[in-house]
Amino acid sequence: MKPGDGKPHYLCCNADESEPGTFKDREIMRWTPHALVEGCAIGAYAIGAEVAYVYIRGEYTEPIERMNAACREAYAAGILGTNAMGTGKTVHVYVHKGAGAYICGEETALMNSLEGRRGNPRIKPPFPAVAGLFGQPTTINNVETLAAVPHILVNGAEWYKKFGRPDNPKSTGTKLFSVCGNIRKPGNYEVTLGFPFKDFLYDLCGGPLPGREFRAIIPGGISVPIQTREEAENSPMDYEGFVANGTMLGSGGVIVIDDAQNLVKQIARAARFFAHESCAQCTQCREGTAWSTRILERIVAGEGSAEDLDTLLDIGENMTGKTICVLSDSCATPIASGIHKFRGDFEALIKKKTVHMVPAQVA
Amino acid sequence: MADVKMVNLTIEGRPASVPDGTSILEAAKTVGVLIPHYCYHPGLPVAGVCRMCLVEVEKAPKLAPSCATAAAEGQVVHVHSEKALEARKGVLEMLLINHPLDCPICDQSGECELQDYTYHEGRAEGRLRDPKRFNPVEDFGGDVVYVTNRCILCTRCVRFMDDVAHEPTLTVAERGDRALIAKFEGRDLTHAWAGNVIDLCPVGALLSKDSLNKARAWELDRAASVCPNCSQGCNMIVETRDNQIVRLRPRPNDQVNEFFMCDHGRLSYRWLNRKDRVEVPLVRQAGVLASADWEIALRAAASALAGKRAFVLASPNLSNETLFLLSRLASRTGGRGAFRVPQGDEAPLPGVGDLALRRDRAANGRGAELVGFTRSDTPLSGLGAGDVLVVADEELAQLDAGDAARAGAIIVIGTTLPAWARHAAVVVLPIANCVEEEGTFTNLRGRVQRFFQAKAAPGVARPSYFVVGDLLTAMGEGAGYWTAGQAFDALAAAVPAFGGLSYDGLGMRGAMIAGAAASAGATA
Repeated sequence: MKPGDGKPHYLCCNADESEPGTFKDREIMRWTPHALVEGCAIGAYAIGAEVAYVYIRGEYTEPIERMNAACREAYAAGILGTNAMGTGKTVHVYVHKGAGAYICGEETALMNSLEGRRGNPRIKPPFPAVAGLFGQPTTINNVETLAAVPHILVNGAEWYKKFGRPDNPKSTGTKLFSVCGNIRKPGNYEVTLGFPFKDFLYDLCGGPLPGREFRAIIPGGISVPIQTREEAENSPMDYEGFVANGTMLGSGGVIVIDDAQNLVKQIARAARFFAHESCAQCTQCREGTAWSTRILERIVAGEGSAEDLDTLLDIGENMTGKTICVLSDSCATPIASGIHKFRGDFEALIKKKTVHMVPAQVA
Repeated sequence: MADVKMVNLTIEGRPASVPDGTSILEAAKTVGVLIPHYCYHPGLPVAGVCRMCLVEVEKAPKLAPSCATAAAEGQVVHVHSEKALEARKGVLEMLLINHPLDCPICDQSGECELQDYTYHEGRAEGRLRDPKRFNPVEDFGGDVVYVTNRCILCTRCVRFMDDVAHEPTLTVAERGDRALIAKFEGRDLTHAWAGNVIDLCPVGALLSKDSLNKARAWELDRAASVCPNCSQGCNMIVETRDNQIVRLRPRPNDQVNEFFMCDHGRLSYRWLNRKDRVEVPLVRQAGVLASADWEIALRAAASALAGKRAFVLASPNLSNETLFLLSRLASRTGGRGAFRVPQGDEAPLPGVGDLALRRDRAANGRGAELVGFTRSDTPLSGLGAGDVLVVADEELAQLDAGDAARAGAIIVIGTTLPAWARHAAVVVLPIANCVEEEGTFTNLRGRVQRFFQAKAAPGVARPSYFVVGDLLTAMGEGAGYWTAGQAFDALAAAVPAFGGLSYDGLGMRGAMIAGAAASAGATA
């Protein structure tokens, strides 16, 4: 973004935290809303914006209240307003309540939603830095990013950079992970990037429930590929470490699935979520998410057939890398990785079927 | 346009050179490659949602939507590569999983882009083994009915109403595969231009109530024409079945109507299908109108005119050629001519510059003025006692018989004959209407446009220029006109406004008359 280009600049804070298994931004807004308000003010100042919008997921009623209260306090203290911190600069922070759509967490859909339109992702280019909110240059960041800004400014970049694996200078700092599922101590954890995932799961989070074993781990919200236990135990918790072990860091929403669960049912549930939340613009996503869900639910119900797995993989292939945003890819990813890594679970369900029901081919 | 930067790229091995900013899809058209697409339409903003136009661009990491990707210098584009074909095959399968495949009872069948591209690139059979989604048919108001199950959600209709008609009416409701096109509360498609969504719909989801179940697309005969229902002169296609007009559709002309046509024009075709036509020449003999052959009728008309002044009351829906010959007829006898233009409300299409359903509800008022007719709301006020009144076509029906009584004799050159004229006319010469002959109209901005014959005239009715030409011959002038082109060239030679134009040179887009303002209609 060019300073002094004569256009208004905007800062957006993406607090539409809707990724299943992720609840770290909620806790930031509940417990340290001032860090986020400060982060927004500093960010707005840095990019020459006078207005920052915090787009909060509609279901987050308490965080919205907290953020509104924090903003009121900031205005009263002169940190926000037309003469922010006595600098003569204007910085306004507005809290916007979303209406409950996962897709509004996609940055351009968020901007459409803020503008009062249907929350559909926009075709890119142009990217938000060129034409974002109201068609003006816009920077958009996550809650966690902006909330980290005040601490980095106070302690210095060198301080922040010293967190992390010494052999991986690319991922430094700390990261919040939300942990849920079949584990003894679910919750939010802040760890330095590069922390061993095995220690995290077994020590910090207390390991599996009594008498059970971890089976599959999703480390970054359900949009990322599923890891087997072995892959998870080998992963350092940073961007590169997860990629090297067959998945991605994603949103940091760790979902743990143990050996007592029907994994196919979990994957079908994830697919149903995406089918429900697809914005319906792109064909592959609109139809593919729903079709995948129907097949998966049929397999779970014991009515799957042998060719269903190949069909699912092929649908997934068609849904990957061909749409405006990545919701389609996000749906295909857990399905494809699930079939690749846990094919036996699917085949067992298909073989177990009692009713052979294949309706006449209609499409 | 010399200052426009051109970019050079290769599409399917063919070199293309297009202005900077052109999409790959449009660039491909320039070298004769059609990239399959649904949501893209040149008259609408780009949405990029159907994902059908994915092509492979060398060195790009992913397939590119060609409608939303600008052509760039040195790009190498593969439209039919395995990767691109595979992607489009996937899209087609997805589009069909909830599609009812009821082509045998679908009006769009035969002109359906879903059918066409599925035949070209789709899978031979689908893999869906689950029930399809079902939604009921919905009346969208106006002339439009929405068959939800066939919809592929390309959003062309939504974008037309938002960005071209500037009257947001439609939207995508729901999400995921439950999504469908819906009307906003309290709105429906009664907008004067809303019928265009039917043409824009690439599948059979939006259908015209007027032409519902009337004909299969492959049974229709088509002819290029110009809409006669107002002075805008929208280019259109007349579609007939068994010599009956079934449907009128817009024909693109970016100088006049871009891709669009209003509902009034689209639905006003029944007068061109009328059955109560005059089919043979009629001559009054012993007080009774009796059928006669052309020679006798023309001679009778000529003798009725002999030594008298003719007052020509002409329809502004006649062609330039016929009006010109009628003006010759009038001036030859020292007479005059007048016309009246029926009026209606103006209804603009705001998204296209200078495109509207015009107040003048006739095609050729401008042409009538140019060849010397006087425009008047009371055209018969100039009729002198004892003049021979020559009534040319439709105006007849709206005439006050009392005014016409001043005339010494009445000659009708027309398509139909109302009851009072049956008692008053001495000669009736049957002519073809504007979809039964060829000729030209001049639109309100001075664009001269050709129209072609779409159906046969009834009985022994002849083209109007031909009949008036023959009448002039019978009166001792010239040797008649065998083609509309001959009549037009005579017009171009005689009337300065038409100077320099030639019938063959008009082409399919028309040409401006001399001295007319730079642009006629549309954005240009």
